[in-house]
Amino acid sequence: MLNILAETTGDLEAGLTAVGRGIVYGGAAIGPGIGIGIVVGNAISSMARQPEAAGMVRTTMFLGIAFTEALALFGFVLAFIISG
Amino acid sequence: MILGIEFPPISHVVEWPDIIGSGPLAVNKVVILMWLTVAIVFGVMYTASRRRALVPTGVQNVAEATVDFVQEGIILQTMGDDGLRWTPFLLTLFTFILVGNLWEIIPVAQMPINARIAVPAFLTLVVYLLYWSMGVVHQGPIGYLKTSTIPPGVPKAILPLVAFIELAQILIVRPLSLAVRLFANMIAGHLLLTSFAVITAAVFALSGVIVIFPFSLFLLIALTGFELLVAFLQAYIFTILAAVYIGGAIHPEH
Repeated sequence: MLNILAETTGDLEAGLTAVGRGIVYGGAAIGPGIGIGIVVGNAISSMARQPEAAGMVRTTMFLGIAFTEALALFGFVLAFIISG
Repeated sequence: MILGIEFPPISHVVEWPDIIGSGPLAVNKVVILMWLTVAIVFGVMYTASRRRALVPTGVQNVAEATVDFVQEGIILQTMGDDGLRWTPFLLTLFTFILVGNLWEIIPVAQMPINARIAVPAFLTLVVYLLYWSMGVVHQGPIGYLKTSTIPPGVPKAILPLVAFIELAQILIVRPLSLAVRLFANMIAGHLLLTSFAVITAAVFALSGVIVIFPFSLFLLIALTGFELLVAFLQAYIFTILAAVYIGGAIHPEH
């Protein structure tokens, strides 16, 4: 029994690392996902109300997305950095 | 049977063997694609500007549409009229990133050059140095720090916190997110297409499960179209953010 445990430890560590990576990126994507949804939803409703301001709203929307998305990108990088 | 599919490891998909030379200056597929990108962008713009017809056709049409897009869609929206001086730089940035991304879906090449962090990191370094030097030149070192870290209308009590976050923003977060956004989007798309290509090929080889073959093939084609959109969108976002950062360094009120 102990022998088997000792043999599988390496695999276990690699597997848990992979699970950790998944959790890190998945967790980091929740907030920005909600945030980008709010940004784009509000941008669309303001474009529908005032189509003549669509160009300005679109630019600002991309800016808002870029700032919100930064957190998800940190999660992406962190998932790569984690090693077993 | 499906469980027998073997996905290539990441290092297999993005690391290419050296073709010419060795060591840090070796030339591999990514470098050759980078040279091709420069040659294509230069060739299109040069031939378009040599024979300028009043009614544009062919190459001139493409070039004029691109210049128009960068001027109308990016610069006038973010930097205003006097940002038009920046057209050459931003146009170069946009076309280089766009053509570099498009290699992802062009057969035989099928490798976006921006899926190697070195390329977006270098482009980001250029933008980073540019907006810092523009800020220092136009507002002075103290003035630039002041206008970019102290937003108007913030209560005194939370000002230190806001100023610290804004300082981290212009020092670290901006360049990091600019480079990683482009890199992550391109490598994710590349891995997605690779995975579906592997699945489609493996299912095609197994004649027994021909039922799911059309699905994976259809998704592969649909995702190729989606990656076309992503390639364009990422080039647009990178350029628009570069324009906003540089414009903000020149005119603090925007």
